[in-house]
Amino acid sequence: MTAASTTKADMTMLKVDAVTRLFGGFKAVDDVSLQLGPQEILGIAGTNGAGKSTLFAAIAGQQPADAGRITFDGQDITRVPPYRRARMGLVRTFQIPREFKSLTVHENLLAAAANPQGERLIHAFFQTRRLREHEAQLAAKADGILQFLNLSRVRDVQAGGLSGGQKKLVELGRVLMLDPRCILLDEPFAGVNPVLIEEICDRVRELQARGIAFIVIEHHLQALKALSHRMIVMDRGRILAEGDPHTVLDDPRVQEAYMGGVV
Amino acid sequence: MIAYLCAIGVIALIYCLLALGLNLQFGLTRLVNFGVVAFFAVGAYTSGLLSLQGAPLVVCFIAAGVLSGLLALPIGLLSLRLRDDYLAIVTLGFSEAVRITIQQESWLTNGVQGLPGLPKLFSSWGGGVSDIAIFTVLAVIVGLVCWGTVRLTRSPFGRLLKAIGDDEAALSALGKDPARFKVQVFMVGAALAGVAGAFYAHFITFITPEQFIPLITFYVWMGLVMGGSGTVRGAMFGSLLLMVFLEGSRFAKDWVPGVSEVGMASLRLAAVGLALILVTLYRPNGLFGGSSK
Repeated sequence: MTAASTTKADMTMLKVDAVTRLFGGFKAVDDVSLQLGPQEILGIAGTNGAGKSTLFAAIAGQQPADAGRITFDGQDITRVPPYRRARMGLVRTFQIPREFKSLTVHENLLAAAANPQGERLIHAFFQTRRLREHEAQLAAKADGILQFLNLSRVRDVQAGGLSGGQKKLVELGRVLMLDPRCILLDEPFAGVNPVLIEEICDRVRELQARGIAFIVIEHHLQALKALSHRMIVMDRGRILAEGDPHTVLDDPRVQEAYMGGVV
Repeated sequence: MIAYLCAIGVIALIYCLLALGLNLQFGLTRLVNFGVVAFFAVGAYTSGLLSLQGAPLVVCFIAAGVLSGLLALPIGLLSLRLRDDYLAIVTLGFSEAVRITIQQESWLTNGVQGLPGLPKLFSSWGGGVSDIAIFTVLAVIVGLVCWGTVRLTRSPFGRLLKAIGDDEAALSALGKDPARFKVQVFMVGAALAGVAGAFYAHFITFITPEQFIPLITFYVWMGLVMGGSGTVRGAMFGSLLLMVFLEGSRFAKDWVPGVSEVGMASLRLAAVGLALILVTLYRPNGLFGGSSK
């Protein structure tokens, strides 16, 4: 990597350039461009069907862009499969929690950890001391994250039995195992009680202070406004407004589209 | 009577081995393999044909496992694109294709005539003793596979298999490539079925294509589902229970008047079906699968 591109990557971690995603003839995401700096928290709001989650899927790779370009750290990742994007440090959570329900909370985190050697079939039977130590380190790391997320109490509970809010936290914990540099949170507050929302916000801020960038999709506008440095409002697949949270939410076009002009 | 019990025991253990293989594929990883019997057949024929060429039985058994495992590779690769019911249809079709191929390619497999006169395991020890020896060896192997499954389930590899079973897309969003794990577990399960086939061939000593019909696959599934898929206990006890029931109901005709031999066979299947429905309704995790997750 040249010196010039390194400097550029410092300014923009993630760059989405004119991305379009089609479902049949329908443009779920239509020519969307955005940029995310390191340690930035970008909020995305918009009505249901505005294309927010599809945009996430295009960025994370579950639904590759049909047109446009996505770069992460200066590398073109438009055609890179999701698991490799995650290894590069670009991870996501899901709108509807997708915990591994038959695994315990602790195992959920361990399953996410990068452990290519230990996860080989042969090593289920022949474990070297080095692998056992590595597994122990990962277990300790998972315990640290559970403590950070206030989930230690449910460490050995099967994740399928948790509340909606706890599942959201487990998902956050899972992606933290990957030492990510950019986390996409899809509706982290949906179905979560207000106390827990505050807690999730605090954790996100702490992680941001440690150097992780976030894009957060959320319908809970007050919480999103308080959390974001910058906001984007989407409507019918396009970006309607972009800027600092106050200005964006006061924009008449946003009020028209998002709240039907009532507010 | 001991000879009879021993024979039932060997067949029951062969079903256990098949169920343990399916347990890895379906119980842990949720891969719907409706073609268990195909790998069982390939194992039986591989071992049978090699033994007729004079190969030592140990070599035949290893070849049966290896070839069945390798045959699972293309199916495993297909399973990367196909999920759930589609994979079920493909594997079911595959197992019928294997059976019909065996039936048609008589230059190799002797077609519908089958392969008579296969060497029996431990035959030099005499009839009764050899049966007991086969039972013992098979029991040891089944025991080892049980131990291996438990070990696997608790390993990082097994953890990923369960994660794939729960939510494959979420796992790949976490930087894991589920493909490799799915193919591997498919091949391991198939290799176990292949070894089971070799035991079958060298116990029965006569194999024909019509022994390898999809009903065998469904017996294995019934055993696993009734016992409780995902656990060794469920796979083992479910298969044993099914065998006890299938064999036990042979004697039932003495107490059910007015039912012919053929009628009894149909009744038996109906009863197994009813039991399966009841278990699914009232014990969805199987009889030995533990409490609800």
